[in-house]
Amino acid sequence: MASILQRIGAATSLSSSNSFDTKKFNLSSPRSVIGRKVSNLDVRSNGANKMNGGMNCQIGGRADHFVTNAVATKPEAPAASTASKPGHELLLFEALREGLEEEMERDARVCIMGEDVGHYGGSYKVSKGLAPKYGDLRVLDTPIAENAFTGMGIGAAMMGLRPIIEGMNMGFLLLAFNQISNNCGMLHYTSGGQFKIPVVIRGPGGVGRQLGAEHSQRLESYFQSIPGIQMVACSTPYNAKGLMKAAIRSDNPVILFEHVLLYNLKETIPDEEYVLNLEEAEMVRPGEHVTILTYSRMRYHVMQAAKTLVNKGYDPEVIDIRSLKPFDLHTIGNSVKKTHRVLIVEECMRTGGIGASLTAAINENFQDYLDAPIVCLSSQDVPTPYAGTLEEWTVVQPPQIVAAVEQLCR
Amino acid sequence: MASSYLSKSKHMIMQSLKSKKVLMSIIMRHTSFVTNSQFCRPFHIQNYADSSVALSRSFGSIYCERRLHTATSVSNKSSTEAPSRQELDFPGGKVKFTPKLIFTSSSNNERTRCYRVLDEDGQLLIDSDSLNITKELAVNMYTNMVTLQVMDTIFYEAQRQGRISFYLTTIGEEAINIASAAALNINDFIFPQYREPGVLLWRGFSLQEFANQVFGNKYDYGKGRQMPIHYGSKKLNYITVASTVATQIPHAVGAAYSMKMDKQYSCTVTYFGDGGSSTGDFHAALNFAAVMEAPVIFFCRNNGWAISTPINDQLRSDGIVVRGKAYGVPSIRVDGNDALAVYSAVNDARKMAIEQQTPVLIEALTYRAGHHSTSDDSTKYRPVDEIEWWRADQNPVTRFRKWIETKGWWSDETESEHRSNIRKQLSQAIQAAERVEKPPVADMFNDVYDVPPKNLSEQEALLRKTIKKHIHEYQSDVPM
Repeated sequence: MASILQRIGAATSLSSSNSFDTKKFNLSSPRSVIGRKVSNLDVRSNGANKMNGGMNCQIGGRADHFVTNAVATKPEAPAASTASKPGHELLLFEALREGLEEEMERDARVCIMGEDVGHYGGSYKVSKGLAPKYGDLRVLDTPIAENAFTGMGIGAAMMGLRPIIEGMNMGFLLLAFNQISNNCGMLHYTSGGQFKIPVVIRGPGGVGRQLGAEHSQRLESYFQSIPGIQMVACSTPYNAKGLMKAAIRSDNPVILFEHVLLYNLKETIPDEEYVLNLEEAEMVRPGEHVTILTYSRMRYHVMQAAKTLVNKGYDPEVIDIRSLKPFDLHTIGNSVKKTHRVLIVEECMRTGGIGASLTAAINENFQDYLDAPIVCLSSQDVPTPYAGTLEEWTVVQPPQIVAAVEQLCR
Repeated sequence: MASSYLSKSKHMIMQSLKSKKVLMSIIMRHTSFVTNSQFCRPFHIQNYADSSVALSRSFGSIYCERRLHTATSVSNKSSTEAPSRQELDFPGGKVKFTPKLIFTSSSNNERTRCYRVLDEDGQLLIDSDSLNITKELAVNMYTNMVTLQVMDTIFYEAQRQGRISFYLTTIGEEAINIASAAALNINDFIFPQYREPGVLLWRGFSLQEFANQVFGNKYDYGKGRQMPIHYGSKKLNYITVASTVATQIPHAVGAAYSMKMDKQYSCTVTYFGDGGSSTGDFHAALNFAAVMEAPVIFFCRNNGWAISTPINDQLRSDGIVVRGKAYGVPSIRVDGNDALAVYSAVNDARKMAIEQQTPVLIEALTYRAGHHSTSDDSTKYRPVDEIEWWRADQNPVTRFRKWIETKGWWSDETESEHRSNIRKQLSQAIQAAERVEKPPVADMFNDVYDVPPKNLSEQEALLRKTIKKHIHEYQSDVPM
């Protein structure tokens, strides 16, 4: 279990941000709240919000040692500046666990249920160690029936508990679709606001390493239409922990999408407590020429392509949209107004995916600002094949992204 | 202890040296001696309290026994070992063997007996286990059953007159509704299907509140978002009815789990029909509740019909009560038309569920005397005389009435007085509900989330603009 080092002087943590090129860094206007309540603990940077747009500062500062490979590789040697940064280093699944544990400690109503989450610690070890600490009742091992234990979580939530329901693989939640759509999303509404369902439904999804079609589902495209739920996708240890905490504290049902291949990503995260905003997108790399919108694992493919693009003289702006429902059209809109060109890179299938909805939303809202039609790179409308080469070809790869940007910026 | 084992093994090794597969048998001998000792015994699951330890221990015992099997197959050849096993401690517990190739039959010769204490004439049966109930409780139960019956009749007629869009009656199941509710405590959470408004009625939902919901006016607690009869009341601990079948069953288990965590002296109760017991949610929920030892009462209203599907097309087991046993849940079959039996059974079930922290399954046999709903005409698929017979002969309201009358607690005068009273109240409630405004447009966008997000606020603004622009196309009585 990752220990949290208690360091004094949170102000020192921002010193590292001075090391990078401030010319490139875009100190955009302060993020305005998009019509939602912001919790007091919504700390965007390390406790001291010294600059406007503190979030930008935080992420910009990390660009030095940014991980561009999608899978479990060691990050590049961190720049000298980061050596003085406080915080602790951990893997993404540990960050999720840390967030979980902090929330369970903070609120006795938080509980976990799912298959093999208890003594086995979860299929990806996200709940490891929690069952011995909090007991079998708060970390509940369920029999194999997703519809039933999702229903159970909903029932428990109506009574005041705050359950986190784990799908061992997101694809299994298709069995729980009835409960998620008809009850989870609707009961707050149909009961006239009498009963609320503050559940978090989470699990690994996306295309992994030869897991076969049934275990390579992108559930975000199926769930995006359900009214009443929120969807977020994490991609780094930092945002994984922050989004986990935010999702647990939210009174709405939230679906947190994790990716099978991102669990071993390593990053240094702050020691101080922080909670991210569920409806906010993350500015990964500010730029001028083109807006690239992406989320989850594709962020890393995009960043890899970004390296190539920078060498070729392009300046892409990369945004990890994070909030899949609702879209953060404020951040996205600002970017579109600046660059006038949009490329969406997703892992969903072409038809009916997040990219398709995002394309429609941007076209509808920011059509006047577009100099070129929106390009959306997605997976093909095929079940994910097992063979390694075929599987690789279904997922959008960096060369495709580079080619698309070149085409778009002609 | 150890030295005797060593000497025993030495003896065995000496013996085995004579056989061909020396190495193999030394290993086998070793394991067979292991089983003769008490070595494996401590690995057996003693109690399930510490499940993590139990899990690791059970793996330990499996391993022991697997080696045992190979041991006996070899050892029997050349020595007079222990007699062949009569039973084995498989994962899950000890099981006795039988050399007879016999399949269990699909059903028992005799169906599970049905618990009843009052006969059709309202006479208490001899030797019946039933609770003594006070006059106050009995009269209260009866008057609520009558109120439910009258309410159903009048709302049904209102639908036929076009005043409400939809309704579904509880005719024939008044005893189930009221008697089960009477045996529960207000802290017991109800997860209904849709044919249980009587439970709400018992808890104090007023006729006006019922009327507001079926008319979908602005006083409806559901804010006009659900069809009629989809009642819900947080203050009365009755979860809003959802149209989906049997989804409430796992909800009840989850809620019971929450009560278990908080160590509350209460349980959850979920109702469903014979049709609902065919769904996946039902089976998984029963299984979960048994594994988790959750204090939940599963109340199945087996009324013989799932819309037009008769019970024999729904299942081939001996009703639903036998399914409890399959999942390790204590169960009972009860006469659903006998209010006293239902009351006693639920009373006992509740105590069992809470004090022993166990789920309980109750199957109440009854008959759906009315149509499935106002969208159904059941005479199309079942004979009218069958319906009439059940309505008359097994009517739960008249049966209970006969009982309280023999006790001297009721009479014809009180009956007609009560009925006309309720009819009057109902017609007033209906007229009042009909006149009240419908919920405003704002209620279309509220409560989707805790706070309306930007896209919904935009959609609301767009809708308002559209309505204003085309004011004549929209109904004038819809408030904004």
